[in-house]
Amino acid sequence: MNIRIAAASLALIAGGLLGVPQAALAKDDLVIGVAQFPPSLNPNIDPTVIKSYTLDFAIRPMTAFDKDWKLTCLLCTTLPTIENGGAKFEDLPDGKKGIAVTFTLRPDLKWNDGTPVTTKDLVFTWKLGADPKSGFSNNNPWDRAKKIDVVDDHTATLHLDHVDVAYNQWDQLLPAHIEAKAAEGAAAGDYLKATVYNRAPTTPGLYNGPFMVTGYESGSRVVLEQNPYWAGPKPGFKRIIIKTIENTAALSANLLSGDIDMAPGDAPALTIDQVIALRSQQPDKFAYLFKPSLTYEHIDLKIENPILSDVRVRRALIAAIDRETLVKRLFEGMQPVAATWVNPLNAFYAPDVTVAKFDPAHAKALLAEVGWKPGSDGICRNGAGEKLSLEFATTAGNKLRELQEQVLQSQWKTACIETVIKNEPARTLFGETTKKRTYTGLVMYAWSSAVTESPRKTLHSTQIPNAANNYGGANYIGLADPQMDAWIATAESELDPAKARVIWADMQKSYADQARVIPLFFRAEPYVLPKWLKGLTPTGHGDYSPLWAENWRSE
Amino acid sequence: MTAFILSRTWQAALVLLVMSFVIYSLIGLMPGDPLDIMIASNPGATPEVVARLRAIYGLDQPILYRYAHWLLAAMQGDLGFSRTHSQPVLVVLIPALWTTCKLMLLSFVVSVALSMVLGIWAALKPGGVVDGVVSLFAFAGISVPVFWLALMMILLFAVKLHLLPASGLSDVGNESFGDYARHLVMPVVTLALSSIGGFTRFVRASMIETLRMDHIRTARAKGNAEGRVVLIHGLRNAMIPVVTVIALSFGSLFSGALVTETMFAQPGMGKMIFDSILSNDFNLALSGLLFATIVTLFSNLLADLAYGWLDPRIKL
Repeated sequence: MNIRIAAASLALIAGGLLGVPQAALAKDDLVIGVAQFPPSLNPNIDPTVIKSYTLDFAIRPMTAFDKDWKLTCLLCTTLPTIENGGAKFEDLPDGKKGIAVTFTLRPDLKWNDGTPVTTKDLVFTWKLGADPKSGFSNNNPWDRAKKIDVVDDHTATLHLDHVDVAYNQWDQLLPAHIEAKAAEGAAAGDYLKATVYNRAPTTPGLYNGPFMVTGYESGSRVVLEQNPYWAGPKPGFKRIIIKTIENTAALSANLLSGDIDMAPGDAPALTIDQVIALRSQQPDKFAYLFKPSLTYEHIDLKIENPILSDVRVRRALIAAIDRETLVKRLFEGMQPVAATWVNPLNAFYAPDVTVAKFDPAHAKALLAEVGWKPGSDGICRNGAGEKLSLEFATTAGNKLRELQEQVLQSQWKTACIETVIKNEPARTLFGETTKKRTYTGLVMYAWSSAVTESPRKTLHSTQIPNAANNYGGANYIGLADPQMDAWIATAESELDPAKARVIWADMQKSYADQARVIPLFFRAEPYVLPKWLKGLTPTGHGDYSPLWAENWRSE
Repeated sequence: MTAFILSRTWQAALVLLVMSFVIYSLIGLMPGDPLDIMIASNPGATPEVVARLRAIYGLDQPILYRYAHWLLAAMQGDLGFSRTHSQPVLVVLIPALWTTCKLMLLSFVVSVALSMVLGIWAALKPGGVVDGVVSLFAFAGISVPVFWLALMMILLFAVKLHLLPASGLSDVGNESFGDYARHLVMPVVTLALSSIGGFTRFVRASMIETLRMDHIRTARAKGNAEGRVVLIHGLRNAMIPVVTVIALSFGSLFSGALVTETMFAQPGMGKMIFDSILSNDFNLALSGLLFATIVTLFSNLLADLAYGWLDPRIKL
């Protein structure tokens, strides 16, 4: 009898644990699998992609670029521009020109505790953001505004003390009625520790988007549910679950098992090669999207290296590689080859600056002009018998980069250029090698920029990392070109699109001519989506698809 | 006994102090700081913003100063603030510890229990069929990579059979005991399988050696049943070396389940320590590693006490 009871109990336990399939989540829920967990949920701290992606469901910036890369209002009624009179030039006491931008907040906007979003929040966010002790590191700094004139609860004018092309681009507001207390600390760093977004991220009142954070398990998942005070179109999902599975092989298996519904391309999830492989194995199970983005994969050349100081050698390096074939073979042509850092989708893209053609004969001719002739081992040598050999570094352990590196190495070898691979872990490469410019030849990596961002951080002479600027710049190629500096300064303040296009074209032409960088391609964001998911439109830039998540629905 | 425990406690405190300094210094020797990768991938971070953040996070201070600051605060119970989680270290540590405790204790119990049974069974007739099968199983457990085993488990039980969830701690909206248990099955089995092999080999070797001893022959000659001979006279003596190995493994369990935790998306101590070291989150890395050290020291202390219980001739 006892044995029977024990056996029955065991069967029940086993049935409970194993026999019942996981309850299929209704289409009211959308489970998104990502490979990282947001380090913070404060919109203005720690500008990581995964944090922005998560928050874009719940808290809206003032303005954002849409899928067509056009700037739009999210919290305001009309986008203020010089043309519509929402922004006006003003003369400053020092004789310079400033700009006054007037925003009118949407009157139906509410935080998710029912408190209206008002200019009080705008002033609070501006004051906090302008205080260096707050630790803000958002993309559109609040300290650009030197003064705010409040007209009423919904209208205010921000005064900038210089003319800035990004005058009407502003980030998320913070709820003054909740965050003011956290911001009271006087010491540097206190706000980072006290912000309610980090201490209690499910607190009502922190979010003004269509969803609000209702569940937060550090390192595991963020649960978002419909914001009852959202006045916009009713979202198609009751709940969005962002689940962190850091191992991408496991993430892929979770997609197949149905534990997650989708892997986004605009947040860290599956890599492009994994999505291509999944598509070939499961062509009908999911919908696959590849959206070229602003992430620019390239190779920096060390100009101080005597071999690379001659522009003809640099051009030969470019002519010797077949980037079209590389992209076709490794990424099925999904990642467009780059001519410069400016994406063809950018309004300032110069179509006449084209991708340099693959021409190994031309590469050899250029090298011969400089005195590099193929030796008996197939590697070029100069008159002094020195080999044309360059160190080639990238992030160790990044499978795709290492693959690209091998392809390029083999192509260069054909053109009698030897490259010696010297890869380093990401933190060494970016923490020492690029930061202190200790690489000796070539270094391959990627960076992203905003839609209308000037190349100041990567090409302006003041941004060459050095002890004086605490190794803070990202001009790792060490470009110190007064003409480029002047173009950048003009581009940042030129509000006439036609004139700005001319300056941007000059910058791109100079960049291509000088060949200080070998452009490779713009990375494509790979999406794996359930076929029933409709309304998700990738943007390809830093204003991610969840900013329009109220349009997502299952059909 | 009291004097022994007090003496070991002092030793442990000294070890912890030295360990904290060594760990802090070693992490500090790693190239770059947490903001470097952010700058490289996001040129939007201006030198001014970076300098401001470095000052706020204290990264502009010499490492000895930072260590002394941390130590003083830690002695007052404040383990600091985790930069990568934007929360106090304890707030991050406690859920990770809870996840690890569930995972580790369950897999530890399963692996020790099974390895005892298999090791003893194999030792009863060395070279026999059972010994061969158990050895094969043990070597398979030792040699199969945990990563591969975890992935195969997911593919079989989650993708093909749809019996178990592939990852996570629970389903949203279904935080019942049964749901938590279902989410633990695969990680626990994976971890247990990866350690059963080693434990089984130790138990088998120790039992074979013990069963050849004179007192076992005497016990048999006195007419004791074989079960009593093996389990009472043999196992107790065979356990002394096994306890040492198990105690050492227990400590490492709290910092060593990185792969399993990553594969099954269980945010535990192993992953937390690994991520915090990679991202230079000094406070969190240090606290996590020191906790693992405390568990190791404590489990060794328990092992020492167990020796006295297993063999009263051993004086502590």
